[in-house]
Amino acid sequence: MTILKGKIMRQYKNKSTAGKRGDSIRSDCYFEIELKDSAGIKINLKSKVDSMYGESIKQMILDMSKFFGLKDAKILLEDNGALPFVLAARFELAFKRLFPENKKEYLFPFHEKNSYSTKKDQLRRSRLYLPGNEPKFFVNAGLHSPDGIILDLEDSVAPSEKDAAQLLVRNALRSVDFYNAERMVRINQLPNGLDDLKYIIPHNVNVILIPKCESAEQIHQLEKEVKKLKKQFNVKSDIFFMPIIESALGVIKAYEIASASKNNCALAIGLEDYTADIGTQRTNEGRESIFARQMLVNAAKAAGIQAIDTVFSDVSDMEALRQSVIEAKSLGFEGKGCIHPRQIQVVHEAFAPTVEEIEKAKKIVLAFEDAEKKGLGVVALGSKMIDPPVVKRAIRTIDLGILNNLLDKNWRKQ
Amino acid sequence: MKLIKNAAGRLVPTEVNGQEQIPFRGINKYKPTGNKAKPPIRTCIDYPSDGNKVVKDLKTALKKAGLKDGMTISTHHHLRNGDAVTNMLFDVVKEMGIKNIRWFPSASFPVHSHLIKYLEDGTIHHIEGSMNGPLGKFTSEGKMKGVGVLRSHGGRYQSIQDGEVHIDIAVILAPTADPFGNATGDRGKSACGLIGFALGDSEYADRVIIITDNLVPFPCVPWQIQGNNVDYVVEVESLGDPSKIVSGTTEVTKSPDRLLIAEYVAQFMDEAGIMKDGFSFQAGAGGTALAFAIFLKEKMKKKNVKARFVRGGSTKYLVQMLEEGLTDYILDGQTFDLEGVRSMRENDGHVNTSPFTSYNFHGKGNFASIVDAAVLGATEVDVNFNANVVTHSDGYLLHGIGGWQNCLYSKCTILAIPSFRDRIPVIVDEVTTLCGPGELIDVIATERGLCINPKRKDLLKAMKNSSIPIIDIKDLKKQVDEICGGAPAKPKVNKDKVVAIIKWVDGTVLDSVFQVEN
Repeated sequence: MTILKGKIMRQYKNKSTAGKRGDSIRSDCYFEIELKDSAGIKINLKSKVDSMYGESIKQMILDMSKFFGLKDAKILLEDNGALPFVLAARFELAFKRLFPENKKEYLFPFHEKNSYSTKKDQLRRSRLYLPGNEPKFFVNAGLHSPDGIILDLEDSVAPSEKDAAQLLVRNALRSVDFYNAERMVRINQLPNGLDDLKYIIPHNVNVILIPKCESAEQIHQLEKEVKKLKKQFNVKSDIFFMPIIESALGVIKAYEIASASKNNCALAIGLEDYTADIGTQRTNEGRESIFARQMLVNAAKAAGIQAIDTVFSDVSDMEALRQSVIEAKSLGFEGKGCIHPRQIQVVHEAFAPTVEEIEKAKKIVLAFEDAEKKGLGVVALGSKMIDPPVVKRAIRTIDLGILNNLLDKNWRKQ
Repeated sequence: MKLIKNAAGRLVPTEVNGQEQIPFRGINKYKPTGNKAKPPIRTCIDYPSDGNKVVKDLKTALKKAGLKDGMTISTHHHLRNGDAVTNMLFDVVKEMGIKNIRWFPSASFPVHSHLIKYLEDGTIHHIEGSMNGPLGKFTSEGKMKGVGVLRSHGGRYQSIQDGEVHIDIAVILAPTADPFGNATGDRGKSACGLIGFALGDSEYADRVIIITDNLVPFPCVPWQIQGNNVDYVVEVESLGDPSKIVSGTTEVTKSPDRLLIAEYVAQFMDEAGIMKDGFSFQAGAGGTALAFAIFLKEKMKKKNVKARFVRGGSTKYLVQMLEEGLTDYILDGQTFDLEGVRSMRENDGHVNTSPFTSYNFHGKGNFASIVDAAVLGATEVDVNFNANVVTHSDGYLLHGIGGWQNCLYSKCTILAIPSFRDRIPVIVDEVTTLCGPGELIDVIATERGLCINPKRKDLLKAMKNSSIPIIDIKDLKKQVDEICGGAPAKPKVNKDKVVAIIKWVDGTVLDSVFQVEN
């Protein structure tokens, strides 16, 4: 009975589609696979880059068909300049929409420049959100030098395209040069987000952003699944978590969440959803969220991790962005979300230390090094004792000063 | 058709449309001798003594001008994609039953796809000018009867002056004119700024027709075109749509990658020491070039630096620089937006120029080589810095040369281009069509960093400690191929069928465009 039912369903679904089509589409493509009983693989290729890559595209389709065991099918490809990792993700999607039970994955080798891992206290001043199903933004995002690039599987992806984004993000993690930016993925809200993990854990993700986080239990649940996958795929490098607090309940539970795992590297706040949750409007001044932000900073610092501010959504107003970052910095935040590459430089500049901060940090670092040389356990500057956290912050300030070209890296000699 | 290899190693024909051609011999290696071409002697007593040269309509003017089969008619692209005159003109030519016209426009635009039917029915034999958009596709597919000839704006003037192209009838659209034929482009309902591309035509053509939709009593002041060179004046209801002179190329780019390129170029100009008091630059109307001008302006303000002159393509961004005192002059070659038109009319510092002053190979000097830096675009650049602006990597002819070749003579030529578009590599091993020899191209600015021509050791040294990545162009090509999935295949073309030739600024043949095979 069930077999019969399966057969009927198979006959019904002998055609699938994947990707995007139309004149406005760039760097993406559209596949249609129609199963046939015989006659092998028939390719109908309409590509903007036919004269340049037509042959290699056809070969790739044949290779992938062979890989997945697809023997008889009519395949339509409308290609608007999709890069190979995009073509492969779209083809695999069209195939898996026909054969969801097939677990094979068509994987490219890792990009040679993408093997780096990151540190728990990595600089995370800017993190650039990229919609997970929009490949045209992927390849050049790293050129704008964000500290982190987030491939988003959550809000920017339509519910019907979640499967598309999973494959695309997986391929991007392997094939795209991130130019030393931290590779981040925002998964879907838990528990659905657990299903995203197998597409990212084995593929060299550095940080997982966990949206709408409201309890330590959620982090534990995630951690368990990550651990399992790491073991299964023999992943050695660190994978950090960045829970995002986006509700009144989440704010109240902030410390519990921040301290739920040693893999937490930062706590972020998402104000769009938070302001909706408390029944108010987001304003530029941000008075409505002052409690939430201070609570979040306090919880993060108490747990010994970074506090990261929300995104700034007006991409045309750079001056307001700058002011917003300066304010965030004064509250104790160390990072800001970006939704446009032009925001990155502004964020970095605004997080940069002031001349006074650098001068003070230089004195502290020199005093610390001097004390170390002399084998002194206590660091003193003038008559004031300096605690280790202050030294650590001073070193960070110096690093930031050098990064922002405010200080020469050989400053000790000057 | 006999093809030989020229000094740039490209295959070019020695005869085109029945005219003998000189293959490219190298930069500044060819100088024609003898006398310049000259128009026939005319006498003022043959013209109305009251100065009224107005005739009933265009057909009458063409008849009086003696239009015959096989003649050369010239037009100009001052109204860009808003031009209605050229289409109107060839409707009349067709109606008169004339055949085999050599059309000699200063540039063509998509609006001129109307003329494809006249290319098909033999009214027009071939185009010498530019073959943009649909006309380029038509030409590339081998459908044009003759062979297309592409020239730069300076090359057009050169070809008129050394007699390579003799214009039988010049039809010059004028947004304002008087009955004597004095004409200007800076006012009137179809105002487009200047009409300088028609200057050579007005001086050298056998017959000159002015066509206007704003006839004013004598004198029309200023006169960009002198009525003393004009035979007939025709009044029409409308020359076209001046709002389309904008043509979509004068919007600042919103692409973060292009903005990054523009920022790199501005930073380069500063760090390489080009941006200093009294300097000059040329920036075109492409989105990246406009963004560059904005970034440069910020830097100039910050460092309190003022330019002596800026060459355009004028746009509102250059106009702002002029009005804020950041440059003494705009030397305007063509006006790209309506703010530019207004400024030219109102501001003495906004000066109209022509291909004669700016680009002409047979002038006693020209402005192009005086400019400190020119920021230009390209469709392809190869690892030897050779560049293409007319064809795409699929072999299709899609753009004209414009002033691009002429601008390469600036002291520092910068091509501001993405390293690839979608999946189309822009940095390639060899350009599809050679339009500019690499020895004249100094810097390729891409979103991945700058490639500096190895012969510019001074620039390499100046940029040694820059925060902009400085990349060997061969490494950049490798990066691009890696992203795009290997080097692109070359387009399939019929090497026996030349559909167009690319002229160098001296009139020699730099390269051929071949028929694309489907």
